[in-house]
Amino acid sequence: MEFLSYVINGISLGGVYAIIALGYTMVYGIAKMLNFAHGDVIMVGSYLVYVAVTGAGMHPLLAVVLSMVACTLLGIVIERLAYKPLRGASSLSVLITAIGVSYLLQNLALLIWGSTPKSFSSVISLPTFHLAGGSLTIPGITVVTVAVSAVIMVGLVWFVNSTRTGQAMLAVSEDKGAAQLMGINVNTTIAITFAIGSALAAVAGVLLCTAYPSLQPTTGAMPGIKAFTAAVFGGIGSIPGAMVGGILLGIIEILSKAYISTQLADAIVFAVLIVVLLVRPTGLMGKKINEKV
Amino acid sequence: MNGIKRWSKTTKSNIITYGIVLAFYLLIEGLLAGNLLSNSFQGMLVPVCAYVVLAVSLNLTVGILGELSLGHAGFMSVGAFSGAVLWVILEGKVPDLVGLVLAMLLGGVVAGVFGFLIGIPVLRLRGDYLAIVTLAFGEIIKNILNALYLGVDASGLHVSLKDSAALGLDAEGTLIINGAIGISGMKKISSFTAGIILVLVALAVILNLIHSRAGRAIMAIRDNRIAAEAMGINITKYKLMAFITSAVFAGMAGVLYALNYTTLAAKKFDYNTSILVLVFVVLGGIGNIRGSIIAATILYILPELLRGLQDYRMLVYAVVLIFMMIFNQSPQVLAWRSRMGQIMMNWPVAQRFASMKQGKKEG
Repeated sequence: MEFLSYVINGISLGGVYAIIALGYTMVYGIAKMLNFAHGDVIMVGSYLVYVAVTGAGMHPLLAVVLSMVACTLLGIVIERLAYKPLRGASSLSVLITAIGVSYLLQNLALLIWGSTPKSFSSVISLPTFHLAGGSLTIPGITVVTVAVSAVIMVGLVWFVNSTRTGQAMLAVSEDKGAAQLMGINVNTTIAITFAIGSALAAVAGVLLCTAYPSLQPTTGAMPGIKAFTAAVFGGIGSIPGAMVGGILLGIIEILSKAYISTQLADAIVFAVLIVVLLVRPTGLMGKKINEKV
Repeated sequence: MNGIKRWSKTTKSNIITYGIVLAFYLLIEGLLAGNLLSNSFQGMLVPVCAYVVLAVSLNLTVGILGELSLGHAGFMSVGAFSGAVLWVILEGKVPDLVGLVLAMLLGGVVAGVFGFLIGIPVLRLRGDYLAIVTLAFGEIIKNILNALYLGVDASGLHVSLKDSAALGLDAEGTLIINGAIGISGMKKISSFTAGIILVLVALAVILNLIHSRAGRAIMAIRDNRIAAEAMGINITKYKLMAFITSAVFAGMAGVLYALNYTTLAAKKFDYNTSILVLVFVVLGGIGNIRGSIIAATILYILPELLRGLQDYRMLVYAVVLIFMMIFNQSPQVLAWRSRMGQIMMNWPVAQRFASMKQGKKEG
């Protein structure tokens, strides 16, 4: 029973990682860049929900929608101002710029909201489920997280495979030049990808802060990096891969916290990343691409 | 005069770089002798040297090898801890100077070994993956050092990842590394002179490496890996050479930094430290060693002097980082800059300058 409840906790955490990883994987697949600032968009989204609920007394659901809209705009603005000018530049410069954006968001949040952690628990409260005669308890947030991440994944798969915009995304990720020749507006497609990724980040932020109710400017950084690990684990660019990778990583993290060492849990998660990259660099569900001069 | 003329451009450039360091040293020593420096400024002198060495060594990886390493603080941390442990054991048994040199050598060697172990798997990866894996290694090192307990007694060294009781030290034994608290009660032995010597050694090794045959091979790999491989360059060997050299000096800088304080904790060397060094490298100019020295010195001292700006410091760094990348790397901005350059060249003043230069050459 104890083991089972750890696994359930792991799935809950993994669901959050999966939603963040979906944002990473889509942006990486299409713009071929590692959006380091993705984790910090999560943090901004959580702060917005916090302010809207505790400051303005808004209904939590409305606050989440508002935060999604704001993060979408934020994602588009970041892409326009910081990343678009660097399209065609070396990946090193794009990566350093992304780190700069991540730092900018963290420090802006530090100036606006201060470094004292905000307690998020008052924002959303959900009932706890008791199963198997009370010996197994499942927090409401776990159920919500798993449901939300499943819905998002199914929705994204449908969107990418069945809509014109989604098809355009696939085409751009395959070959930018050819897509442009086929009449696809590459810049718009990339902007839409950033918008979707950032909206997902807002959702992930709320779920993360409901499960771990302490919010500070660096809240998003670590989960962001771990979610990238999840995206790589599942095979970067693959939507179901991000989901599987996220959930597996969440379970690994919680189990190592429970059975090995709390302090070394992060180290174990990163060790997984390194092993995956060495043994199977394209991840569980990725495909290999050959390189030409 | 004839002698100077015969020196190559590289030699001249190197002499200017060493000259800047020496001039800075003499200036500071002069100010110290005249008692003109505040206490807080004096306290920054050793860390400045450490950060200069870190920036120069990271520039070797980022600028010359062309791979983004986000785990530089990890090497610094490994070096710092191994050097500090050696110093705690040796303290009082050897002269301070010998202790410092031995600690730095050990720190450099241990960091180099880690650089080798990490480099073999990491350098097989490319671009973003390499960056994220170096970050992961940095975090792993920090996590492990945070949980590490190390003690020494008559029967030798004891290591544990659980707690200090698990070490099983005898009554005479002493605890050296106490988990997240780290090492405390060390005697400070780093000095500004030692720091400047380390800077000069690092410069000598790294500049010579860059301008050697090996350095050109490393830059060829940076510019086009596949073409370099086709030319018969051993990719792994040269990549490792640059990566390990970079790690060794990061470790030595870590020892210099650690032995400037009485306490040492792993949380000092986190991701933010790696990014700070990266900021120095980017602002000094990627691939420009002299730029790294100047940027690290100014950027380390300036915010400490302007206390009021403390809150905005990282914010300004972030904006400058983004701005510099776009200004120097964006294809559109580069095209605009070269257009602007041509327009300027057509101005009457510029034309006159050009004709003056022409006249001089002919005359």
